[in-house]
This record gives sequence, C-alpha cells and structure tokens, in this order.
Amino acid sequence: MTDQYVDILIIGAGPAGLAAAISARESGMESVLVLERESEPGGILRQCIHNGFGLHRFHEELTGPEYAQRDIDRIRELDIRVECGVTVLSLSAQRIVTCVSPVYGFRTIRAGAVVLAMGCRERPRGALCTPGTRCAGIFSAGTAQRFVNLEGWMPGKRVVILGSGDIGLIMARRMTLQGANVLACVEIMPYSSGLNRNIVQCLQDYDIPLYLSHTVTDIRGRDRLEGLTVSRVDENRNPVPGTEIDFECDTLLLSCGLIPENELSSGAGVEISGITAGPVVNNHFETSVPGIFACGNVLHVHDLVDHVSDESFKAGRAAASFVNSNNVSIGFITIKDGAGVRGTVPQKIRLDLSENTELMFRPSAVFRNATVIAEADGKVIAQKKAMIFTPGEMASITLKPKDISSVSGNSLTIRIESED
Amino acid sequence: MIHTDIVIIGAGITGTAVARALSRYNASICVVDSASDIAEGATKANSGIIHAGFDAKPGTLKARYNILGSKMYPDLCASLGVPYRMCGALVIAFSDDDITVLKELEIRGRQNGVPGLRMIRQHEILDMEPNLNPEVVAALDVPSSAIVSPYEIAFAMADDAAVNGVCFSFDQPVVSIRYTDNSWQVRTSSDTYICRSVINCAGASGALIHNMYSKNHLSMIHRRGQYYLLDRSPVQPFSRTVFQCPTKMGKGVLVSPTVHGNLIIGPNAEDISDPLDTATTAKGLSEVLSRAGLTWPEISVRSNITNFSGVRAHLETDDFVVGSVAGSPGAFEAIGIESPGLSSAPAIADDLAGMVADYLSLTKKSSIVFYSVSEKPFHQMTDAERKEAVSKNPLHGNIICRCEVVTEAEIRAAIRRPVGARTIDGIKRRTRAGMGRCQGGFCSPRVASILSEELGCSLREITKGGGSGRLLSGTVAEFLKAGESFD
Repeated sequence: MTDQYVDILIIGAGPAGLAAAISARESGMESVLVLERESEPGGILRQCIHNGFGLHRFHEELTGPEYAQRDIDRIRELDIRVECGVTVLSLSAQRIVTCVSPVYGFRTIRAGAVVLAMGCRERPRGALCTPGTRCAGIFSAGTAQRFVNLEGWMPGKRVVILGSGDIGLIMARRMTLQGANVLACVEIMPYSSGLNRNIVQCLQDYDIPLYLSHTVTDIRGRDRLEGLTVSRVDENRNPVPGTEIDFECDTLLLSCGLIPENELSSGAGVEISGITAGPVVNNHFETSVPGIFACGNVLHVHDLVDHVSDESFKAGRAAASFVNSNNVSIGFITIKDGAGVRGTVPQKIRLDLSENTELMFRPSAVFRNATVIAEADGKVIAQKKAMIFTPGEMASITLKPKDISSVSGNSLTIRIESED
Repeated sequence: MIHTDIVIIGAGITGTAVARALSRYNASICVVDSASDIAEGATKANSGIIHAGFDAKPGTLKARYNILGSKMYPDLCASLGVPYRMCGALVIAFSDDDITVLKELEIRGRQNGVPGLRMIRQHEILDMEPNLNPEVVAALDVPSSAIVSPYEIAFAMADDAAVNGVCFSFDQPVVSIRYTDNSWQVRTSSDTYICRSVINCAGASGALIHNMYSKNHLSMIHRRGQYYLLDRSPVQPFSRTVFQCPTKMGKGVLVSPTVHGNLIIGPNAEDISDPLDTATTAKGLSEVLSRAGLTWPEISVRSNITNFSGVRAHLETDDFVVGSVAGSPGAFEAIGIESPGLSSAPAIADDLAGMVADYLSLTKKSSIVFYSVSEKPFHQMTDAERKEAVSKNPLHGNIICRCEVVTEAEIRAAIRRPVGARTIDGIKRRTRAGMGRCQGGFCSPRVASILSEELGCSLREITKGGGSGRLLSGTVAEFLKAGESFD
C-alpha cells in the first residue's frame, strides 16, 4: 500500500525536471508531481547569476534564474504541482518512491512513470587523490558559487582554481569581480574542458593565467589553506619533477568534472553506463527499467541548459506516452562509440523510430576539419562535418527514421574521422 | 586559575577512556586538549581495527592490554550505542617463509587466548575473499578480529564522562607543568589548572608532555601512516580485514571494510619530525597503493572519497608505557600508545583509573549516569522507523547530507550532545554529514548555517576543523567595500 498515486512523478525541479513536467502536462497528463529537495524550484540555475543561458532556446541571453523563471511561470500556468523541501530516499523498479519532508512527513508514492531529473554533483578532492593537508579553504566551485551568489559570503581572498570546467571558469570571473585575487586556473589536460567562450570571457578578459597540462601536487596549511604547489604533467598526466610553481593562496576551487547523481537510479536497478555515469537509455529516454525515464545532467553532463531542456521535453512526452499506451518497442539498434567518440546518448534506438532523433556525444580529443559518421553494416548512413570537435563541447548527429530502417544489423557506430 | 583533583591531557581514545573510567569516582576532573574537539589526533586517523591479539608478544604491555581491551569492546560499544562488527580477519601468506611467520602468530595467538584461530589454504581463502590475490598460498583465519569507528567511541566516552561531571576544555595546548606546594600546576595557552594528579594521554605529543613533568627525558618516534578511504557500497571487494604477513619491513598495509560500509586501505609507515604533520604525500599514497596491490591485484581507487594520515606515537622500546611516573608524585601516563592502542584503550583506562584512585584515595560514586548514543541513525532506519521519526520530529524530514542521508534533527542533536560538535568536521565525525561521496560539497553550507544558529555566532566564526581554519573570509558586501577603498 502506498500513500499516493500519480501518473507522472518527476524527481528534481531543475531545468530538466521542469521541462519534463511541462511536456508531460502538455501531452495530456493530468496527474503530474515534481519533487524538489531545495526550498525553491530552479536547480543549479538559481545560483548561476551570470548570463549566457537560453541563446538557443529563447534566442536571447538570460541569467540562470531568468531562464528557470520562464519554466517556473509555465509550470504555474499549467497548474503543475511542485513540492519543495522534499527529499526522495528510494526508488524501486515498481516505480514506488519513498520521500520525506518537514511539511509532508514520510510518504510512499507510486507512479505510472518516473522521470529521473536529479542532476549531477561535482567531483571532490578525494576523487583526484591530491596529496597535502586537509585544511579549510578547499571548495568545489559550485559550493563556492552557492556561498557567493546565494548566501553572500566569500570563501577567500587569494584563489587558485583547479580544473577548467565551466563552473570553475565562471567562478574565476565572479571571485575577481567580487574583489578576490584569482591567481591561476590549472588544467591537467592539454585543453580546457570548459566552453571556449568562458575561457575568453572569464579568464582572458581578466588576465587570469590558464596553465594547461598542469595540476596541483601539494596542498599546505594546517587549519586554513596557506599555499599550494602546481606542477606540469607529462603525456601520462604524471607530474614532472623540477616544474613546480608555488602559489601563496587561501582558497582552492575544484572544477574537475561533474558526476551524474544516480544513487536512486541504481537502487531501482537502472543500468548505468560506465562512460556517461548516467542511465543507459533509448531514444524515448527510457532506462533499462520500463517506465523509468531520465533526462538532463543525471543522464549525461551537458554544456548548455538549452540542450537539457530540449532533451527533457522529449523525455516528459515519452513518459506521458508510456502511461497512455504502455507501448514497448519491438526491438532496438544499439549505438556504439567508435573512434574519437565517447558516451553517445541515447545508447539504443527503437526500431519503430518515427521522427528524427539526435545522438549526443563527447569527442574524446580535439579534432580539426573532421566529420562525424554514423556507420552500420560497414556503410555510412549519416555524416556531418565540423571545423572543430573538442571534449569541452558536446557534439551531435541526427538520424532520420529512414536511416534506421536501412540498418539490417542490430548495431550502429558513431565515430569521428579527421582529415588532418 | 582552576582548582581540580585531576587533569587529563589529551582527549583521544585513551584520554576519553580514562576520563570515563575516573568519572565513576568522587573527584573533580578536567580534560584539556590542544585541538578543537575530541579525537583530533591518531584517534580520528587509524585503521579502526579491534585486534584479536595474535600479533602481540606475550609479556608485553601491548599484549596484556590488547587482550583485555579487545574483550571489553563488544559490551562497551553496545552500552555506548556505537557500531562494532566482528567481521573477522585474514593474515595472508605468499611463501614458505610467510607460512613460518603465520605459524608463529598462530602459536602466539593461542598463548594469548585468541579464539577460533586456524590456518587455511588457498581454495578456502579464495572462497572467503574472491578478490584476494590468487597467488596466496595460506592464511591465518582470525574470526574474532573486529572493526569499529574509533572517533565515535571517543565521542561517546567523552559524553559519558561529561554527564558524569568531567569537564572538557579545547584549544588549550599545555605550555608547562610544574610541581609546587604538593600540587601540580598545569599551564595551558589560556588557563592554569592546579591539581593533585596529572595524567598524560597526549598521544603523539606524549613525550613532549612527559618532558614537562619528568627529568627522565623521553624521545618518541612519530610514524605517519597514510590511507585511502573508498566510497560506501552494498558490496565491497573484501568482507573482512586482510592483513599482509608481517615482515622485517613492518606490518604491511591492510585492506578492510569499515563499520559504515566503506573500504579502508593503508597505512604505510614513515618517520617524520613534526607530530602534527598529518599531510598526505604523493610518495606515501603511491606506496600504499602499490603495497596494497599485493593483497588486491585488481585494486581500484576510482571510488576514493578521501585520503588522510595519522601519526603513531612510537617508542624505541616498542611497547606502551602505562602507570605512575617515578620521581613525579601524582603524575601518571599512557604513552607510546600506537597499534594496538585502540584495542587496548579501555583496559589501559581501567588500570590507570585504578592507580589514580588509589593514589588519591578516591571513593566510588553512589550513582552513575550511563550515557548511550540512543538514536539510531536515520540512514539505518526502516521505512516504518523513518515515518515515526519524522512524525515525532519534522526536522528529520529535512535531509542535510544527501550522500549519507543525515537529517537536520541529527545535525542539531550532534551540536547539543554533552560534548557537542562545534566545527564542520565535528559534525562530520558525529553524524557522517559530509563523509560521503561529495565530501560536503552539498551539505557544508547548510551545516555551517545550522552550526552558526545553534552556537549563536556569525557564519564567519565557523571553522572546518577548529583553530584558525575559518570556512569563509567575509561577506560579499565587505569585499566590495574593501575593493572601493583600494581605488
């Protein structure tokens, strides 16, 4: 016995959850419930007060809160129920969740379909095994962003940023504008993992040096951070002795990657990809567990919220269609990552594909003047050229229903072919 | 100036155990520590093993207290309400030489009264621990080896002592100890204590403190050990503690589950000059990894959530020193308390408390308050228990740490404990908030704000782990103002 039943239950009211809720309602679902653990909807956008959001979707530059507000307004228009301050504790394959909140207490809710929209978390220092002391002054960039933008507190005065992920780059600019001294941004790879526009607008415009192929090799300070050592790394990412640079600083921000947050998904038995760290989904964004869908950063880490919204509208529609018709596919074509390609999503395409489907992936290195190729049965079925592919920017290729119907085998490979 | 019967220096596992044991007597007792909380030294940074007692050489204090102490732990942990799990251990051998050592350990273990010891062969070992190096040839099976959470035991013992009248003072490094007018004068950075008895439980600083009250100067070796701690998982690659065969080079690193479902790997051993230097190093961590690879060839630290190190207090004599101090009437000490110090602590404490009580002619209290960490962690509750907990206290409905599922009610309770948390790390070790895979990325701002509310101080006063380690530098408004004044 559960306390409640809803047709569509969405976990998370960030941009993914909001878009999925809107599209589920617009697809005719009356009973849609969104659960959000924070006190307000909007997810991480609430603390992203810089602009640059919505260029693709709205053709204008919005701040994070402005972007979120558009979806929140639509949610209100559609009278969709969003419960905040509610934490989901577990999810089962039978689509029963347990959740708690100070207001609603402990509940079990059964759903016709569940949309996973929990987003992602930042990689902490432990994941990097950076040696040194365990002093105060080491923050993940997003935590620092929350302190500065939502709580009005500055984490420190002299700052080094490890990792060139977008949040780190944004925080380099934010901390500088707020009066801190950002000494360097240090990236272990020979290229940045952030968007090029952020390198220009957040580092170069403020004369903050970017050290590529460098990493932090020591952290000093007993109570509070006092300084750290940065070393160059070789092609195997091992520090090169003799290349040490010492920085005197009180703050280290980590922007070393994001990890989709799938503890609930795993609890339900959802198959997780070892590459994206998100669920394995088909082109309906349905996971390996029937009726459980996933979209946004819980599925794979995106660069742009516009793409999150786009993906989540599709997921919400598919969840509604599952509740309405409970349709199952007659079979799938499996998508494989070929040379130069990592983490293609979706990983499966239903054989009954009826509309164009976009496959998104990350280039595994920098490729110039290259072509992305979809290949099956030894022949090219679709291709797309680009001037540059880089790991910091997600790439995609669109397949048409006729492309899929032309495939006779059961798999299709996406790869990048470089002319250089 | 504070007049008291007894001053205990050090609030680690030994100091808190001694405080708890002495709190059963009619005496006024103060515990002082240089750090900002209980268990800030080796107690927070060790393997968390209650050794069965096969390793201790008969006749040593290490053997005596290990065997007595490890037997006390099941009841002690049950009464304090802290986790204890007899997960068992294997000591593994890869050669005939190793087997010879294992046989010695087996004989020694039997002499020490360790139950259930047996030598087992490869196929049985690999059945028990399928991820173990398949080149293993034999192992000593030690079913009575156990795991605990050392700092949680110290917190609970401190709370128990506190509800029985012991006073705890932090951030007070001892600067001098003098014997005048038949009493001891213990000066700290901020106070002077006048007492009849002083007890040195200062761990890695034990020799430093000893040399303040004794002319027989002592030197100590500070031996640092570094660790990896991997994320919780319902299925860990090892279900019991796996020790490598001790060699002339030392004990070797262990791989062990923890009581909270993590996996701990370590420690190495390196002698350092500063007893407070608990940094990890690239060299030390890579040594741990390569040596642990002998136990676990497929070793993966992809799910590593943190690295840490602890400093062992090693004496040249390779044994504990426990008891009164010749030529220093009323001075008592427990020094050189390295492994198996955790296992030994309750037995050392009972002995020391007895000696101090005799010396001061203390009488037993007529009534004792038995403290227990009564509430089951929300994380471990069943759905029905969670429902009840939230209905009784709605703050259980606010999950502050999502990785370890810690509620606002639990955070507030940790601050309100008899010796309550005052730092982010203090909350972490008492509740596990921030102990998970995001390492406080999500919960630390929330924990900081609850701390400032409960302690009635500004957010700027909140530290990560005490001392000058403030979490934040100032408000955004202050920074902007400072910037304007530069212009």
